[in-house]
Amino acid sequence: MRSVWLEKFVRSFFFLCTLSAVVITIGIMASLIGEALRFFGRVSVVDFLFGVTWAPHILPTGEAVGFGAIPLFTGTALITLIAMVVAIPCGTMIAIYLSEYATSSLRQILKPLLETLAGIPTLVYGFFAVSTLAPFLQSIAELFHITVAGESALNAGLVMGIMILPYMSSLCEDALHTLPTSLREGSMGLGATSFETILRVLLPAAFPNLIAAFLLSLSRAIGETMIVVMAAGLAANLSFNPLQAVTTVTVQIVNLLTGDQEFDNAKTLAAFGLGFVLFILTLFLNILALYGVKRYKRTYG
Amino acid sequence: MDFKIDVKNLDLFYGDKQALFNISIGLPEFQTTALIGPSGCGKSSFLRCLNRMNDIVPNTRIQGQVLLDGRDIYAPSIDVVELRSSVGMVFQKPNPFPRSIYENVAYGPRIHGLFKNRRELDEIVEKNLRRAGLWEEVKDRLFQPATRLSGGQQQRLCIARAIAVNPEVILMDEPCSALDPIATAKVEELIDELREKFTIVIVTHNLQQAARVSQKTAFFHSGYLVEAGETGALFTTPQDNRTQGYITGRYG
Repeated sequence: MRSVWLEKFVRSFFFLCTLSAVVITIGIMASLIGEALRFFGRVSVVDFLFGVTWAPHILPTGEAVGFGAIPLFTGTALITLIAMVVAIPCGTMIAIYLSEYATSSLRQILKPLLETLAGIPTLVYGFFAVSTLAPFLQSIAELFHITVAGESALNAGLVMGIMILPYMSSLCEDALHTLPTSLREGSMGLGATSFETILRVLLPAAFPNLIAAFLLSLSRAIGETMIVVMAAGLAANLSFNPLQAVTTVTVQIVNLLTGDQEFDNAKTLAAFGLGFVLFILTLFLNILALYGVKRYKRTYG
Repeated sequence: MDFKIDVKNLDLFYGDKQALFNISIGLPEFQTTALIGPSGCGKSSFLRCLNRMNDIVPNTRIQGQVLLDGRDIYAPSIDVVELRSSVGMVFQKPNPFPRSIYENVAYGPRIHGLFKNRRELDEIVEKNLRRAGLWEEVKDRLFQPATRLSGGQQQRLCIARAIAVNPEVILMDEPCSALDPIATAKVEELIDELREKFTIVIVTHNLQQAARVSQKTAFFHSGYLVEAGETGALFTTPQDNRTQGYITGRYG
């Protein structure tokens, strides 16, 4: 009898633990949505999503103006794009090397090393961007008589690319390494070289998982805050020039909420509006990544 | 008698462990040779020596010679990639690539550049699917994923894929062990037809299968080649006690 009672208790307790995680997540979402709705009560959704001027302030009449978020989203997009341009090819090549070429003893050293990189606080990457990469980029650009802002999209994007590289290459390595050996043998048995096998069999077979890895890394880059706060700048320029300073959604959220603020004016509430859109965006990317993999497994698994 | 493949004093090591001991055997051209023996006896390891598939496994080492048409395939001058295109392989579990049926057969011809234009490639694909007895079943869905085929169809596709690169020898590693009896019968029938054009070496756990499809049989035990000879003779009058014990079902 005692063991049955204990079993029931343990089972309920663990269920409560699981439940609390779900409830807390829902609670966080609810508070985010609640504040976002309050914001959209003061600034129209259309002005917010499609306005091109970001200079939030409140007129003496009480009217809230300058809440056009487009420059923030283009800034986020530009920096993320640069980061992905760095991380996708490098991450894939690192993964190919680790999974297909490195001996198992070398992989056992390299993979944990790479994963350690993923544990470095992003603040440290920010320092690197500001103190090392920015002056370097500027001195390179001077050779060509080009001016680069100290805070530039290029600078932030490159460092963000480096930051997500370990995460991305680890996910891609998993995608390749879990492919069955029989695929490799089948290809090699037909007289294909290792490289042909990788290019024509393994990469296509791992493709959906690689795309999932890219999307998960992308949503991580979009949400990244510290590097862009330090390296990208505050100026909300609507620009696709990577040499200029741009700002991002996350930077502006920090900016709006820093200092003593009351949560009752449009400026602070705007942070929740931005946060909400960002949340929807990354949620969408994650769902897309998971759904893609599932669908593929149904077809080929 | 000249053999298609002539193996002389072959030793195989995985790291420190020796898996094959002093194997010498000749494999006659346009015949099927069956390799039989209990699990772990080295018959699959031996098969994989014949197209240097063991090269992929780290820390393997061989001594002795494997002569294909008189040339040592382990000589430094040998191009492994070229070797594997003349010694094809079919595996235990069907392993089609997760691509279309067409692309699976086209894979070898593509990497070896065996065609001039799309029409020639189409012909190669059709010819080899016909040779594998699969054409009628798949001709209307060539561009569907190969993984949707049944296990037996997949294995015949893998055979079509292997013969599409025009090998001289086909190695088969328990090709029917994952198939049901009907699919097995089809593959066995196919093996018998392929013998006209190819030299076949098949590893099998199924003694009836060995008796049905092969002309020569070799019995392996604990890394040694115990006995090899004409299939009928080996099954009716084995020379060695261990062979006798295995084929009469006393162990294995």
